[in-house]
Amino acid sequence: MSPRALTWHRVILWTALILFAIWFLTPLYVMVVTSLKDMDQIRGGSLLSLPSSINFGSWAKAWDQACTGTDCGGLKPFFMNSVAMVVPAVAISTTIGCINGYVLSKWRFRGSEVMFAMLLFGVFMPMQVVLLPMSQILGYFGIASSIVGLIVMHVLAGIPSTTLFFRNYYVGLPDELVKAAMLDGAGFWRILWRVVLPLSTPILVVTLIWQFTNIWNDFLYGVVFSGADSKPITVGLNNLANTTSSVKEYNVDMAAALIAALPTLFVYVVAGKYFVRGLTAGAVKG
Amino acid sequence: MSRYKVPSASWLPKLVVAPSFLLSFFFIYGLIAWNGYLSLSASHMLPNYDYVGFSNYIDLFDNDRFHVALKNMLIFGVLFIGGAMALGLLLAILLDQKIRAEGVLRTVYLYPMAISFIVTGTAWKWILNPGLGIEHLVQSWGFPNFQFDWLVDDQHAIYCVVIAGIWQASGFVMALFLAGLRGIDESIIKAAQIDGASLPRIYWRIVVPSLRPVFFSTLMVVSHLSIKSFDLVVALTSGGPGYSTDLPATFMYAMSFSRGQVAMGAASATIMLCMVAAIVVPYLYSELRTKK
Repeated sequence: MSPRALTWHRVILWTALILFAIWFLTPLYVMVVTSLKDMDQIRGGSLLSLPSSINFGSWAKAWDQACTGTDCGGLKPFFMNSVAMVVPAVAISTTIGCINGYVLSKWRFRGSEVMFAMLLFGVFMPMQVVLLPMSQILGYFGIASSIVGLIVMHVLAGIPSTTLFFRNYYVGLPDELVKAAMLDGAGFWRILWRVVLPLSTPILVVTLIWQFTNIWNDFLYGVVFSGADSKPITVGLNNLANTTSSVKEYNVDMAAALIAALPTLFVYVVAGKYFVRGLTAGAVKG
Repeated sequence: MSRYKVPSASWLPKLVVAPSFLLSFFFIYGLIAWNGYLSLSASHMLPNYDYVGFSNYIDLFDNDRFHVALKNMLIFGVLFIGGAMALGLLLAILLDQKIRAEGVLRTVYLYPMAISFIVTGTAWKWILNPGLGIEHLVQSWGFPNFQFDWLVDDQHAIYCVVIAGIWQASGFVMALFLAGLRGIDESIIKAAQIDGASLPRIYWRIVVPSLRPVFFSTLMVVSHLSIKSFDLVVALTSGGPGYSTDLPATFMYAMSFSRGQVAMGAASATIMLCMVAAIVVPYLYSELRTKK
């Protein structure tokens, strides 16, 4: 290839790359500028125009005054519900996945591979098939419409993927490590604690981020299993944006959407590498 | 991998995983069976365990709204899967050209996957709204007759869901293909370059064929995502105008939790399960077989 052709090739390549970057960034840009305008600027200006003055009023309104249905307490209570739900749900599902993965890779027993395969279906199945029975079960135990019920649901739904993550990672750890520890007289828990866990930081981070992102962003369980005072942020945002009672305030909607997106976006920007590993691990089984 | 013969400890691992495995198998297979039974029952407002046979399925396939949901599933499925796969593959190939700012661009292309579909839906609803959104923007650029009202048009609203869906998921497809591209042996490509093969030819003859396994796993992941799509429709169109953008997942939700048609909801959930299983079971089977 001549240098001249190479240059042309690079120009086209970069044009395409930048156009795609604009296509992906435009909605975020529109959300940010809309959230900083007042309604007059929104009606007077265009989708892409910059706000004439920076105004955080709609952020404040989205946080604790905007109406979601009949309540007008903003997104704050929903945000707090999500925090109260996501912390235990992530911690429990990750712990169980870690122990399961450890057994399925380093302490295999007859039938453990079949059990793993059967568990894998849980990663993919449409959760619609469990919604109706689950609402009966949660009702039976008196935790329907509560944060505890949502935590139980997220833990059960999360175990297949967390088990998959840890199992696939631990398969790659040399068995000799476990054998050597065993010769030194270490048992099941001691090996996990002293040998395997210290080597688990990357997969631990991947799983924590994956579970956090999924549970924070979940809407289906949130809308089915929550009651008046246990709705997560996604349900709050949807109620806020779909309230048709008064004049549509797009700036408040956009501020609310950004508030709901910020925690996971923050984690993504800080630890994107681990997030991508979680995404690709979900697709590459074995 | 070897099994360790330590008699004193051989029961411990099994005991440790037993509770979570029993719970999970009950959760997955027990509840699938339970839901299956509900779909054969006389449930309406509340679950009712009188057996009525397959009449709910007959009602379901006679139901106009379910026809709309299936038709939308087909439109959305084909366009979303096709669009996200094509765009994702293109992005991966573009990013694979030894770009200096690859890390930044990859972060930009993939960030929609980190946010909720409810956020995406809310944002696109504003962008696509006919009053002040894109329509207004293009009109202000000097095209006063420009019209773009797909979001409120029952014939075209489903395409809005497709656009937002592709926007969200194509970065994900890109990440999967990029991982596959990085797994290709550089020396084969070098050898082809020395032999004078052009870049498109190298891609067509060497790179694309070796992406076959990644292609199938990506296709599987994106297809099952499309069948499970729920939040995006709720946030973007609420299934409307009317029920013109219903998908099986929103149909299931409406029947089960707001229309008091529990048995029909359960039947539609079973249909969704069959669709996902038809895609995922052969894939899992072949993956687990080849890896042994």
